Amino acid sequence: MKLPSRTTQFLARDTYRMRRLMDAARMLPVVGLVLLLLPLMRLDSSAENPPTAAEAVYLFLVWISLIVIAFVMSLWLRRTLGPPRPPVAPLAPPHEPDPDAPATPEGR
Amino acid sequence: MSFNLLVLTCIAYVIFLFIVASAAERSAQQGRAKWLRSPLVYTLSLSVYCTAWTFYGAVGYAARSGLEFMTIYLGPTLVFVGWWVLLRKLVRIGRENRVTSIADLISARYGKSNLLGVIVTLLCVAAGTPYIALQLQSIALSFTVFVSDQGRAPLAADRNLIAFWVAAGLTFFTIAFGTRNLDANEQHHGVVTAIAVEAVVKLLALIAVGIFVVWFVATGPSDILARIDAQALPEWTIQPGRWTGLILLSAIAIICLPRMFQVTVVENIDDKHLATASWAFPLYLFLISLFVLPIAVVGMELMPEGANPDMFVLTLPLHLGQDGLALLSFLGGFSAATSMVIVASLALATMVSNHIVVPLWLKLRAARNLDTGNMRLLVLSVRRLSIGLVLALGYIYYIISGGSEALAAIGLVAFVGVAQALPALLGALFWRGASRNGAALGLSIGTFLWFYALFLPSFGPDVLLPAQLMEHGLFGQSWLRPYSLFGLTTLDPLLHALFWSLSLNTLAFCIGSLLSFPSPIERVQGALFVNIFDRPGPARSWTTPVAQAEDLLPMAQRILGASAGQAFFRAQAQAQGKNGFLPDITPDFLQGLELKMSGSVGAATAHAMISQTVGTTVVSVEDLMAVASETAQIIEYSSQLEAKSEELSRTARKLRDANEKLRTLSDQKDAFLSQISHELRTPMTSIRAFSEIMMDADGLSPEEQTHFARIIHDESIRLTRLLDDLLDLSVLEHGQVSLDIRPANLRDLIDKSITASKSVQAQRDFRILRSRDPEDVQIVTDPGRLTQVFINILSNARKYCDASDPQMKIIVRQKDTMLEIDFIDNGSGIPRDKQALIFEKFSRLTDSLQAGGAGLGLAICREIMNNLGGDIDYVPGQGGAAFRVSLPVLLERPPATAVTSSSPIDAAGAD
Repeated sequence: MKLPSRTTQFLARDTYRMRRLMDAARMLPVVGLVLLLLPLMRLDSSAENPPTAAEAVYLFLVWISLIVIAFVMSLWLRRTLGPPRPPVAPLAPPHEPDPDAPATPEGR
Repeated sequence: MSFNLLVLTCIAYVIFLFIVASAAERSAQQGRAKWLRSPLVYTLSLSVYCTAWTFYGAVGYAARSGLEFMTIYLGPTLVFVGWWVLLRKLVRIGRENRVTSIADLISARYGKSNLLGVIVTLLCVAAGTPYIALQLQSIALSFTVFVSDQGRAPLAADRNLIAFWVAAGLTFFTIAFGTRNLDANEQHHGVVTAIAVEAVVKLLALIAVGIFVVWFVATGPSDILARIDAQALPEWTIQPGRWTGLILLSAIAIICLPRMFQVTVVENIDDKHLATASWAFPLYLFLISLFVLPIAVVGMELMPEGANPDMFVLTLPLHLGQDGLALLSFLGGFSAATSMVIVASLALATMVSNHIVVPLWLKLRAARNLDTGNMRLLVLSVRRLSIGLVLALGYIYYIISGGSEALAAIGLVAFVGVAQALPALLGALFWRGASRNGAALGLSIGTFLWFYALFLPSFGPDVLLPAQLMEHGLFGQSWLRPYSLFGLTTLDPLLHALFWSLSLNTLAFCIGSLLSFPSPIERVQGALFVNIFDRPGPARSWTTPVAQAEDLLPMAQRILGASAGQAFFRAQAQAQGKNGFLPDITPDFLQGLELKMSGSVGAATAHAMISQTVGTTVVSVEDLMAVASETAQIIEYSSQLEAKSEELSRTARKLRDANEKLRTLSDQKDAFLSQISHELRTPMTSIRAFSEIMMDADGLSPEEQTHFARIIHDESIRLTRLLDDLLDLSVLEHGQVSLDIRPANLRDLIDKSITASKSVQAQRDFRILRSRDPEDVQIVTDPGRLTQVFINILSNARKYCDASDPQMKIIVRQKDTMLEIDFIDNGSGIPRDKQALIFEKFSRLTDSLQAGGAGLGLAICREIMNNLGGDIDYVPGQGGAAFRVSLPVLLERPPATAVTSSSPIDAAGAD
């Protein structure tokens, strides 16, 4: 649950880092897409046969880097994920603040 | 390799999968299978994305179009490395709302509308069936390629027959492990584990062939790169439109494909698994794709002219004399095809049964005013039938299309089909203004365009669409030509259909949403879905109660199963601070029940069923406000207050219950005294009267004397029995009873009790329904006392069951160390207001003396059961009076001291 906004103007360094990491996680697929579209921009229509081997190496390198970056990010991001909440909390009062809720400072 | 050997290998492999799946199911049932639900298994199960189309087709694709095959795996990679944006939310929503399929998610978000569920289901079936056909084709094809002795085994050449047997086998497997249970959110441990094993097999097979090709046929990576450039064809040039479009399309498909939704969202149990899959699944795809191009290139180089590149993975090792490797590769392709078919048919069958068959059936029943019967069995059988139906459709499709070229392209055609669900899905996740009408409009338009511009023409001219229509357009209008709608003539047919269907779909969805006004329940669900991370727990959509818990219990039992339904009601009642099986009907309780049921039959059906019983679906303005995010903070502050007042009202409820009980007990005590005087006086009076007559013995004949003496004797026996009962009760209540504990067989005890109880109202013919096998349990208890309880219940039924054709059902089930024995008759049962009192002393429902007892029977039974470490309860809503006797299988001494209920209040409070 969020706290009222007056406490969120300045954040502890860790929380700040974590929020930027979440931003980065949102940007990653966009960066990835741009990198994967790059081969289109260096197409040489005059060449007889396409440089398939070189492009293949490039694409696989982009691919594996995306995987490595996602791996590193997931190590940090998974800390913000709480244990799975039971779908219904039959034994708890309905509006009790959930202590297990992820401490995500983000919010829309 | 001989045909028989190959078939044997396949069967052995399938048996192995069977063993894995059933072992997984078993350990999941015993709750000791943590690794079964590990991130690794989750990631591996996602590999159901890589079907036979990947395993065989990717190499063919690479041979024909170069690097373009990679787009199919790059799109999903982007979606997964970007899990924080979309998948995280999707998975969370799916889990918290117990979503059973993509159709269920969309229908739940848009006001639990079944219309949307039906549209999405039909779309998915239309797109999924050809895909299943493709898998059957690839298995059949790999069989014929592999078998060397086709001359001797004519069966091997008959692909249709092979496809038939494969389809039949897969139907059986899917039914066996996919429809075992209804509850638990549609999660299938056995299936998921088998899929994970198959994922390993297909990955290993492809890598093995790849390593063989790179290091044993070629001399290493650099050699392979040189060969790639040497083999490169002009057609291999990357086409910008297709490259971008296919990356986008495959990214959409990984979200919207029913089978992917099943493994990603429905089978997910923890967000953290998704965090692992975010890199592990792309890695899997990476490894799968890594050797595709090398295999294609070497195949093109070495294989004879005209060899089908789609089969290179299999034919290349065969050609080079590596039979073992070829067999592994065959099993890899077999795994890829079977795992896809299993998951896809399971997902489609869930949709068909939840969104089409069950609602239809309920409507028919409601129209004819019939009881809904045993829903659970119905839903399970419908699901089994649907699995058969989906696979049959796939098989028929395979036969009709005759394994043509059209089938090979169907993978991408299916992708475009399921992509139509994307606008509605994204709207569900991110746009609170998205409405049901908009979603229905967008989905219908998109589906129609896909059908017209891609699906139908994909069969080729004059198969489903006349060539003339394809050439000149519908009604001769050239702007209606399927492959160049509205004058867009330069695009590739696939991109053309993708562009038009998806953009008009989105447009219609947005306009429809902007112009329509959503119903309250839609807005509640919308706020809940979009702001899933902002508030704990599901929203309320129920208001003031109208129905009785007793009406809801039978319905819940039909869907969840008797014991699960009762357990849920009991837990809810306990949470409210009440005893027994019937909680107060609060909005929260209804919400919980709906959520529980939607895990089995889908949100729309669950909602419809409850509203049918409860009679209201109206959400009040207050409830709307309660879920609107603007008021989230107020809720936050008032929640503690609310929790406290909740606590208070719970205490008050307990007090009220206790007070009520005290008053009835005090009334009972008075009644007890007058009753006991009455009970004692009646025999006394007759004893006195007859003994006075006998004192006057002169005028009596010996016969009369004997007669009167007998009456006196009988009456004194009755008196003694009454006093015995009273003493017995007192001893039991004070826990001073000495139990005769020894081993006994439950079946023998029940047999004995039934025989003994026959003497009561011997003229009534009772039908006893029992199943003798589960009764065969060895227990350690006091058999005499237990039999006494059974006899009491059975004789009560004989006395009070008012059915014209009376019957008694005895059900025995074992739960861990406890045994439960249900005695259910088919009479009118015990009225609600009396249910709390029947276990009290001298409570007789009828005041008449027909019972012939003092009304101590059930009170004694309860004390006996307490002394035996168990309990006896009345279970409402079973279609008659139902008593549940529960006791430990193994009674340990000394329970008597543990259960000492010294005062009547304690005894009453123990129920």
